[in-house]
Amino acid sequence: MNSFLSRPSAFVPAAVAAALAVVPFAADATGQPFWLSFFARILIYAIAASALNLALGFGGLVSFGHALFLGLGSYAVALPAAHGVSDGWLHLLLVLGSCGLLALLVGAISLRTSGMSFIMITLAFAQMGYFLFVSLKAYGGDDGMAVSATSRFLGLDLGSAGPLYAVSWLVLLLLSWWMTRLRSSAFGMALRGARQNSRRVQAMGLQPQRIKLAAFVLSGMVCGVAGMLLANMNAYVSPSTLAWTVSGELIVMVVLGGMGTVYGPLLGALVFLGLEEVLKGYTEHWMIVMGPLIVLMALLGRGGLMGLLERLDQLFVGGRDAAGDGVSAGNDGAADKTAAPAEDQAGEASWQPR
Amino acid sequence: MAATLLLAQFLNGLQYGVLLFLLAAGLTLVFGIMSFVNLAHGSLYMVGAYAGALIYGSSESFALALLGAVVVSLVVGMVLELTIVSRLYRRDHLDHVLATFGLVMFFNELVRIIWGPQPLFVQVPEALSGTVTLFGLNYPAYRFAIIAVGLAVAVSAHLVIHKTRLGMLIRAGAQYPQMVSALGVNIGLLNAVLFGLGAMLAGLAGAMAGPVLSVQSGMGESVLIATLVVIVIGGIGSIKGGLYASLIVGLVDTFGRVLLPMWLRQVAERSLADAAGPALASMSVYLLMAVVLALRPQGLFPVRRS
Amino acid sequence: MNVTRKSDRWHSGSASACGQVCRAAVGLAMAGMTITASAVTIGFVAPLSGPQALVGQDQIDGFLLAVDKLGGKLGGQPLTLHKEDDQLKPEVGQQIVRKLIDKDRVDVIVGLSFSNVLMGSLPRIVEANVVAIATNAGPSSIAGAQCRANIFSMAWQNDGAAEAMGKFAQDKGIKKIYLMAPNYQAGKDMLAGFKRHFKGQVIDEVYTQVNQPDYSAEIAQLQAASPEAVFVFYPGGMGINFVKQMSQAGLMGKVPLYSVFTVDGTTLPSLRDSAIGAISGGMYDAALDTPENKAFVAAFQAKYKRVPSLYAATGYDAAQLLEVALRNTGGDAKKLAAAVKAAGAEFKSVRGPFRFGKNNMPVQNFYAFETWRDGGKASTRLVATPLPNHVDSYASQCALP
Repeated sequence: MNSFLSRPSAFVPAAVAAALAVVPFAADATGQPFWLSFFARILIYAIAASALNLALGFGGLVSFGHALFLGLGSYAVALPAAHGVSDGWLHLLLVLGSCGLLALLVGAISLRTSGMSFIMITLAFAQMGYFLFVSLKAYGGDDGMAVSATSRFLGLDLGSAGPLYAVSWLVLLLLSWWMTRLRSSAFGMALRGARQNSRRVQAMGLQPQRIKLAAFVLSGMVCGVAGMLLANMNAYVSPSTLAWTVSGELIVMVVLGGMGTVYGPLLGALVFLGLEEVLKGYTEHWMIVMGPLIVLMALLGRGGLMGLLERLDQLFVGGRDAAGDGVSAGNDGAADKTAAPAEDQAGEASWQPR
Repeated sequence: MAATLLLAQFLNGLQYGVLLFLLAAGLTLVFGIMSFVNLAHGSLYMVGAYAGALIYGSSESFALALLGAVVVSLVVGMVLELTIVSRLYRRDHLDHVLATFGLVMFFNELVRIIWGPQPLFVQVPEALSGTVTLFGLNYPAYRFAIIAVGLAVAVSAHLVIHKTRLGMLIRAGAQYPQMVSALGVNIGLLNAVLFGLGAMLAGLAGAMAGPVLSVQSGMGESVLIATLVVIVIGGIGSIKGGLYASLIVGLVDTFGRVLLPMWLRQVAERSLADAAGPALASMSVYLLMAVVLALRPQGLFPVRRS
Repeated sequence: MNVTRKSDRWHSGSASACGQVCRAAVGLAMAGMTITASAVTIGFVAPLSGPQALVGQDQIDGFLLAVDKLGGKLGGQPLTLHKEDDQLKPEVGQQIVRKLIDKDRVDVIVGLSFSNVLMGSLPRIVEANVVAIATNAGPSSIAGAQCRANIFSMAWQNDGAAEAMGKFAQDKGIKKIYLMAPNYQAGKDMLAGFKRHFKGQVIDEVYTQVNQPDYSAEIAQLQAASPEAVFVFYPGGMGINFVKQMSQAGLMGKVPLYSVFTVDGTTLPSLRDSAIGAISGGMYDAALDTPENKAFVAAFQAKYKRVPSLYAATGYDAAQLLEVALRNTGGDAKKLAAAVKAAGAEFKSVRGPFRFGKNNMPVQNFYAFETWRDGGKASTRLVATPLPNHVDSYASQCALP
């Protein structure tokens, strides 16, 4: 317990998660339901960013098209709803199925490339998805469409703010737990290895391409779940969810929070969206403050917010190497840099533009 | 399609491609040699457009406006390089994405605060406001000028790269950056010069585009995506690749927009063609890129790395 | 006037430890607030950034001009205005509307940006039954079967301007027309609206990419097709690009350009002479010759140093309308929707005759304006009123009394 409290990198995310759990009660007590939907949105984006983190942070696959899965997930709820289907399990099945299949297709094609080309191909797929949904006049096209029947599970209606918030919080918690386990599992290790040096992993007898594809598909499916929650929260879907700027924002959240860490995306989403809201309260020209702040964070923070917390760890526990053990939610990025910068050049690593 | 129409569309595609080339040339160098992901390239284009529009508005001389735009974007580019970009070279590419994302936000808002949301008015220069008759086709003279300027830049780029010392350093840097540094070349200065060159080209593109396109906050975003597509198709770090790719993309995009709806209408019924045509036309460039990357992942004219 | 708005959903099934006590405390505080404060809170949602920022800016400026004229009060009460930027993104618009309803507890939501943002925000507005006055859109769904007593459009029903141009072209004897618009819902609606009153032949219907910067390819096609006239819908920056390029291709004198939302008060300053000869359909232009409008244009120019566009007019009218409606409610929030509807016929609009139809869409004149050279400067003048006191085509589908 002592070491847990004295390590900011463990304590802060736990505190944030606990605080988020209290939000519905606080919102109810103070009669400010706005905060419930505000933090629900943060939770949903944290889930989407965590999904991206699986591909980007763990797998080194810089997908500039994850908005595609977010949008597809939300449309996978809206389209059946338009035909009267409100069964939550059916929605979930459709979301997982469609996003999984699409991620398989997109991943299989995109993984034939690497580096900058990979980024651009994923972007291209997202753009194609965007144009497709815009041209679907029957389903609202650019105007989008209302979700006429929100998902119902086990007596809960995700269209209601309370159940939606609870489900989102639980999903994020489960996701984080799963990703912590994944990190140190055989699959996770192989994935992280494939990110650093594919050739070596292949030499060991594993198949890095298959591993990366699996990670990409999982990432797409989880992102789709975030889309499903988003559709329920807004009771509305529109093609603007598939815009490339949304993919960009997801990347920013992951990098801001600390890629490759488990809680980075949550912190990233919280800070990014929270800062935006705070600044908006002060000035309508908030972007001129937000822009430089982001630049500053990029300049100063190595490994994002989690990286910052881990540096604080070393301050607190005094010299002891806090990032050493495999159990901690350590930062892949920082570890990689000290370990193998030269190998990055030779191997098929991260994404050097070649 | 009639011959004159075909010629007109060909010239249109060429002109769009040339504009893309001006942007792609600078960006591909920055990507290829310095390995820096610069999402703010579109903002440099916007800075050039604004500088050109304002200088032209007050001085009535288009040549001065172009010169001014190039100088202003050079200065802005150098300032960015010295303060922010140079500190990020050794960092992960995603840190570049983060930083330039913030820069895009900053520039868009800055421009909006200073000049408001109203797009700036830029007139086509008198000398170029007529049409040129070519094989029975009347084509706007200004667009010919864009094509001419673009080709001139392409030729000068070729000369610089293949005939000067700087060009040699550029080619060497694209192939093996560490060796260049190990040979004692001041890589920091070289990087600054390259970034500045890229900024200048972007600024020139912006100033040239001013009379034709709307000069407003956020104008860089739409061209940025097209530019990234061009670079990837052409091969990162390769200016020759950038030239051919931008012309190809310009032509495919133009002809796609025109031919696809027409062809669809022949094979499918009207309402389906009307819905699918424009969607497919928008996707045509991305499909092209996907095909190129599937067959040649390094791009059409990749730089051979040693 | 402080109106509290609580939707039942937010309180169902909450097992908060605070429970009864907290709720009672909050209720007491709320009651206290109702007694002491007496102000009107309005949320204005508009696109203040991005390519259509000028549209949002004009609306707010028009609204604030009216409020200024009324001494910073609306309906005789001090006004608290929450100005919000939806960035033309439906998701952002939804959040903002939630914030306005749940946190800021506004009495009225004004603006609501373009159709896609408006439609996205609708569920929450309908759920909370807040009065919403759109000043930039009037989608067919809320004009028809989904009409609501608390949702109004102060601007137009989306098809109206296009229908007017269709009628104008028909009246002019145009037999062959070429249609162009961006490939999204509004574009398709505009061209469909045009065809409603135009009985001639449509040579081609071209949809271009949204925010496409370069129209040289399409303009070449247009030239090759040699229509008698061309009708386009290209709002904002798209309109500037298109008209500029059409002028550079030498077509502006040769093929009559009919348009809606393409050449208007916001784009003309950037187009200037290149738009000469274009005919534009709409419910307002600064050129309208009525005493209210002359005063409005003069005041707007004095304050903001630019000519007001139709978006400024809708903003201004919205404030004027609310002034009358709020006075008539006498502080009773429940009567606001009905008061707004009645006020439609009472207040003096700058655009000419105005009232709300049974579906809460405006019944107003649609004019045709021509851009001409007025003493060396590009300016507009009224050339026709193709659809006077026009009731939109969806009113019959609305079930409101």
